Amino acid sequence: MSALVLEWSVIIAQTALSLAMVCAGFRILRGPRAQDRILGLDTLYVNAMLILVTFGIRTGSTFYFGAALIIGLLSFVATVALAKFLMRGEVIE
Amino acid sequence: MIDADALPAWAALSVAFFVVFGAGLTLIGSVGLLRLATFYQRMHAPTLGTSLGSAGILIGSIIFFSFQGTRPVVHEILLMIFVTVTTPVSFILLMKATRSRPTTKQPEQPD
Repeated sequence: MSALVLEWSVIIAQTALSLAMVCAGFRILRGPRAQDRILGLDTLYVNAMLILVTFGIRTGSTFYFGAALIIGLLSFVATVALAKFLMRGEVIE
Repeated sequence: MIDADALPAWAALSVAFFVVFGAGLTLIGSVGLLRLATFYQRMHAPTLGTSLGSAGILIGSIIFFSFQGTRPVVHEILLMIFVTVTTPVSFILLMKATRSRPTTKQPEQPD
């Protein structure tokens, strides 16, 4: 019984996170200016990280955690690099 | 599919609650990113997902893997600290970049 509840709740969580990724993708496609697209990209990164953690719960394997950690790291680096590019016109000066 | 035999019922139910809670808050944040009007309003919506949403899902993951194994698993705290520290830094940089850009496009001046 509790296993069934757990499985369905993880499925519901994955559906909600997929819808959240679709919303962030729409903002990337539609964003009026460049900073809206960067914000959507950062949100997409965080949602992908969380959906990998829920995949780890669903399969019971610990390998998804490393992938989630790397996605979180890349999210920070990508957003900072793009914001620096918007501010100065170049990333490394 | 989920190997939940090792979990007591209250642990499974609390994992279910935390995971659905976090995912719902992340969805609310992303819908806010899609629907709010201006950029500065849109900027604070996804932070709901990066603070409370990730905390909920990662606490659920901690409870699940702690009861799967024999010892407490706290790797997810690393991810939680990392997301909590880096999101304000990157958003402050993005906001400074936005403030340094002109708000409307200037019409092209003929030479």
